[in-house]
Amino acid sequence: MAQNKEKSLPQLLANREAEILKEWLAEQIRSRGSGSAGIKEDDLRRQSAEFLNAFQKAAESGDLDDIQTENWTRVREVLTDVSREQARQGASPADVALFIFSLKQIIFRSLQAEFGENPEAFAREIWSATMVLDRLGLFTTQVAMKSREETIARQQAEMMELSTPVVKLWEGILALPLIGTLDSERTQVVMESLLEEIVRTGAAIAIIDITGVPTVDTLVAQHLLKTVAAARLMGAECIISGIRPQIASTIVHLGVDLGDVTTKATLADAFAVALRRSNMTVVRMAPPRKQAAE
Amino acid sequence: MDRIPILKLGDFLLVTVQVDMHDRLAMNLQEDLTEKIVATHARGVLIDISALDIVDSFIGRMLGNIAAMSGILDAKTVVVGMRPAVAITLVELGLSLPGVRTALNVEKGMELLRASLDRYFDEPVPGEEGG
Repeated sequence: MAQNKEKSLPQLLANREAEILKEWLAEQIRSRGSGSAGIKEDDLRRQSAEFLNAFQKAAESGDLDDIQTENWTRVREVLTDVSREQARQGASPADVALFIFSLKQIIFRSLQAEFGENPEAFAREIWSATMVLDRLGLFTTQVAMKSREETIARQQAEMMELSTPVVKLWEGILALPLIGTLDSERTQVVMESLLEEIVRTGAAIAIIDITGVPTVDTLVAQHLLKTVAAARLMGAECIISGIRPQIASTIVHLGVDLGDVTTKATLADAFAVALRRSNMTVVRMAPPRKQAAE
Repeated sequence: MDRIPILKLGDFLLVTVQVDMHDRLAMNLQEDLTEKIVATHARGVLIDISALDIVDSFIGRMLGNIAAMSGILDAKTVVVGMRPAVAITLVELGLSLPGVRTALNVEKGMELLRASLDRYFDEPVPGEEGG
């Protein structure tokens, strides 16, 4: 192995770095075509040069079998940055992986020029280059996917925050307008924020409005009942409102027993009940005199 | 052995749980309370658990039992000041304490007891008052 070392991949990279970079850039721009997401050529040039530099240094360390080792830290960093940046700019995971895979052809061509007369060495070098490039390619895809997943998770969290406001309707009356599907995670958030608010305001009645909940299945009903039970344990009473006709029939067909929970068709009805239970009433004012005369 | 004090306030008994309830303490409370109800002819019991931040299924069941026993002795039980975390835990444990009345704080609990005493022959079902 030792006598071959000076003619192998790291050596090649060091010798022909400028040439490879130039061809690689041309290849990338060509393969991406005109329809690619807006990644600027300057960025591409900088990223490619950075990667090639790090790649060459790591390859020199001789550790081509495992890219998770310390020698490859810098390469992984550069690749992570590149993948993230491209993913953020809207490139698909395939586009991101292309960053590495387009390098393959260039390196193969250089290897061919170098080892063309020695088939055995050529095959060996091709094999080790393929292995390491494939690993790096997979790594970029992984990073790109991960950064997407992070985005999705963040958006989910934001949506969760946005969609669970507890509003005060009146002295001692809270309302919880639910929008969107209720899953167990969201129910937990809803329940917690409602109970915290009950403690904070000392409200005795909470109205849970499900006008914005698209479907109610047994699980959702169970979640609702749990919330109601928890509020009751704290000494607050719950009214469920905003039950559409289809939802009412679904609940009956599913055989869900809402027990002794008060249910109302609209938030207004529920509010009226809440006022009555708090010994309050809304009355119509006498019309102003001028209008009465007309 | 430490015990939870039971205070008499007119027709009612007030129990304030200030320490973490362990099982022995809960058993003692149950015993003391039933005796005290009989001795004082109390008509209502207020259990303030606002300082309680850990419950298990045993304590949950104990609260239900205390309420049921007091009910047999014709004293209404109101559990007041339950914390959100405790309420969620009890519901997750499947103990929604169906026979127990609840209120947000001692003051509201007292109002609830008074209101239910005024109407002597009302049903002992939670949530029906004023409806």
